[in-house]
This record gives sequence, structure tokens and C-alpha cells, in this order.
Amino acid sequence: MGEKRYTEDHEWLEVDGDTAVVGISNHAQEQLGDIVFVELPEVGKALEKGKDAAVVESVKAASEIYAPADGEVLEVNEVLNDEPAKVNSAAEGDGWFFKMKLSDPAQVAELMDEAAYKAFVGD
Amino acid sequence: MDQTSASQAKQTPLFALHQELGGKIVPFAGYALPVQYPAGIMAEHKQTREAAGLFDVSHMGQVKLEGADRIAALEALVPAELAGLAVGRQRYSFFTNDQGGILDDLMISNQGDWLFLVVNAACKEADIAHLKANLKGDVTLTEMSERALLALQGPKAADVLARLAPGVQTLKFMDCKPVEVDGIACFVSRSGYTGEDGYEISVPAEKGEALARRLLAEDEVEASGLGARDSLRLEAGLCLYGHDIDTTTTPVEADLVWAMQKRRREEGGFPGAAVVQKQLAEGAPRRRVGLLPEGRAPMREGTVLQNDKGEEVGTVTSGGFGPTVGGPVAMGYVTTALAAEGTSLQAVVRGKPMPCKVAALPFVKHNYFRG
Repeated sequence: MGEKRYTEDHEWLEVDGDTAVVGISNHAQEQLGDIVFVELPEVGKALEKGKDAAVVESVKAASEIYAPADGEVLEVNEVLNDEPAKVNSAAEGDGWFFKMKLSDPAQVAELMDEAAYKAFVGD
Repeated sequence: MDQTSASQAKQTPLFALHQELGGKIVPFAGYALPVQYPAGIMAEHKQTREAAGLFDVSHMGQVKLEGADRIAALEALVPAELAGLAVGRQRYSFFTNDQGGILDDLMISNQGDWLFLVVNAACKEADIAHLKANLKGDVTLTEMSERALLALQGPKAADVLARLAPGVQTLKFMDCKPVEVDGIACFVSRSGYTGEDGYEISVPAEKGEALARRLLAEDEVEASGLGARDSLRLEAGLCLYGHDIDTTTTPVEADLVWAMQKRRREEGGFPGAAVVQKQLAEGAPRRRVGLLPEGRAPMREGTVLQNDKGEEVGTVTSGGFGPTVGGPVAMGYVTTALAAEGTSLQAVVRGKPMPCKVAALPFVKHNYFRG
């Protein structure tokens, strides 16, 4: 697979050419606690970097998930509709949220790599 | 999140234990308390429903009222029947204002020559000021600030506590008596805020941590935080002050008429009695109800409720995920015409209408021990 990048809002994306898989970081799921609902975007939705893309809800509260880059939703992880706890058990694997087409793959280079993100969250 | 940081907040006598247990400390009503431990809200919730959870509720206010006029003086501030409250018995009540709104909800027990009050942490200073300003006649108020308060809740609570306090299993729901627990002089009430059987234990502050450790050493008991306390009380249909009830909600609107005994409903004699009695006779414009979303998305506090024409008919006051229900649950106020169980409404979640139904409370059957 391609390179993995992280945003300061704790989303990750794994880039493969001009597409990327997006989810929330393991650090983020630890902070949120038990995930009980994920509102996924519609396939075809236009995404704008830093704007709302999805919603993740824990027992206590709802949190917005922001688009890590400009683009369009290609596919969503339907498994999360029935098993939102997958985000807790595999945040950076089977608990991915959506796949997107990147309109400007160069935007990804501005994001943190894994080492920088680990330093950012103080792990 | 509260504006005060956890470091500015007051600590309960169990603070060091919360830290040692890995509690995630948050500011709540001016206190630094664990919202959850490493097990997480879901596990702590289920632990309490299936075995026993131990909660630190030492932030709540404990107040002693003494003096010959204590019962009449307190009856003038709350709509509960206190003259007929037997020694060793406890009642749920609320302070009302002149408009019939609710200033705080509280527990009141008759300890023979004094009344024992337990009030909400966020309201405790205002409640005490209100009491001091308005209690008439021979009444002395003492803050029992040297005491911690532990809640042991769940179907195994009686078995566990009886090991430390033989006989405690014979207490009935809403009994509140002096009991020696593990050799410590406590006040134990068989009540709580989870819908489960269980106890609240008022213990001298300096013995609080030792008693908590003693209880946690029992196999059936795990530490539980504020998050599980909230999801448990929501499933049990119990009101959270400042959310489901406040100065703008009357006891009739809040569906708390059961907590105003017959003599008090008829005679009045508490602040706002005229408003409350008028609503009892003619009905209230709105009512607190349970709400069950049809989908999986939780409906949070503040969510607007609409009728089938898209007109606003109410608001969600508490909402989240019910771990025992296995889905989203909520409470809120709707116009009385739409308060019947089964009524279909729309909840506007993130701009989108989502179907929900008015549902009976509680969502999870109460498991109280009535003897």
C-alpha cells in the first residue's frame, strides 16, 4: 500500500496514486472511547479539505470528522453501519471510513507522516 | 466540556484512588472526577447492570437539618410529604421556585431528630443559601462536608455489602439508616441513580478511600465513572438536573407528580404551588417523555423535535446511546397532545429529519428491592 499521513484533527489517510483511504487514528479512538455510531458520507459527495466529511459518535458525544484533502467520496465502509465498534478495535485497519479520489494529491505532502504524528500526540 | 480545567477543580477524598485506577479525570460541577476508567463506559455500564459498579458521588452535597421546626420549615420549600415520612425512610423531592420551576432535585430522609438531605453538586451552594434564607423557625443547618458518598449499584450490591454490613440486605428501597460498614459508622440508603438495586453510603471522608478499596476488592465490584452513571440513569428514565429539569420546568411537565404526595398536592404550601395545582387540574402544556430513534444515530441534548408537518413541537433534553438497550435512547419535552406513547415524531439531527417515537420510561426496567 501507499504512504500513510495524518492530520492535526486525527484523521489518517493512506494514499495510492490519486486515491486515498481515510479513517481516524488509533489515538483518536482511544480518546473518544466506545464508538456507537458512524455517519458516513454519501458516495459521490464532494469533499473540501478541513470541512465536515463524517460524524463519529461515542456513548458520550458526537465528533465531526474532517476531510483530510479535497476530492470526492468513492466508497464507504458499510461495515461500520452495523459494527461501529470496529473503529475501536481496528481504527487504522478494518475500521476505515471512506475511500476518496484526491483532486490535488500534492495536498497530502503537507500532512504529517507517522513519526511526526506520534510526536504530535506525544506518544 | 466545562470551562474550568481539571487541575482547578476540587478533589473528592477518593481522587488519589481514581488516579491510581487509571481514571480519565474531567471537571464536573467544580470537581475533578473520573468520566471513565480503562474498561470504558460501555463495560462499566454493563458491569453495573450485571454485577456491581462502585461510583464516587462525594461531590454531592450532604446537609443536616435539626431543630423542632425542621419538618414544617422544609415542607415550605418542597412539595414532598415529610410530616408522614417514617424514621429511616427517604423520599425524592425538589426545591421549587415561585413559578413552580425546579431549583434542584434532592433526597430527604428522616433520621429521627434530624433530616438528612443529599443535593446535586452543581446546585449545592445555591441550595444551602436558599435553605438558610428561607427555613423558618427553629431549624439549624449543618453542611456535612466531612463526609464522602459512595454508590454501590447493581444486582450483586446487596450480596457484597452484606459481607461488610450484615443485615443490610433487609433494607428496602428508599430506607436510609445508620449502619456500621466494615466497622465504620455510615449512613446507608437503599437507593441510587442507575435503576438497579443498590446503596448509597455516606462515610466519614477520611475513611472513604479505605471503604472504596474494601468494596473494590470484592470480585463482583468494579469502579465506574460519570459516563456510565449518565447512561445508566438515562436508560432508567431518571432526570438530570440542569438538563431534564430546571427552573423552567414544573414537576407536572417533568412527569414527577408521583413525587408530590396527595396532601401536598391538595394543600400546596410550597413555592409555586398555585402554578403546579393549576397544571394538575387543567394539564400542562408539555410533558417529559422517553424518545426512541428508529435509526442508529443518537439524538443529543438540544435536538429539535418536529411533528409530521415539520413544526417544532419539542426538544431533546438528554440523549445518547443506551448500552443495555443496545441502541440510542433519549428524553425530552413535547407538547402534551403529542406525548402519548407510540406517537411518531421527527428529530432534526445535523439538519436532517430522522423518525423517532415517544416511548415509555424507563427504557430498562427498574430493579429495586421493595421487600
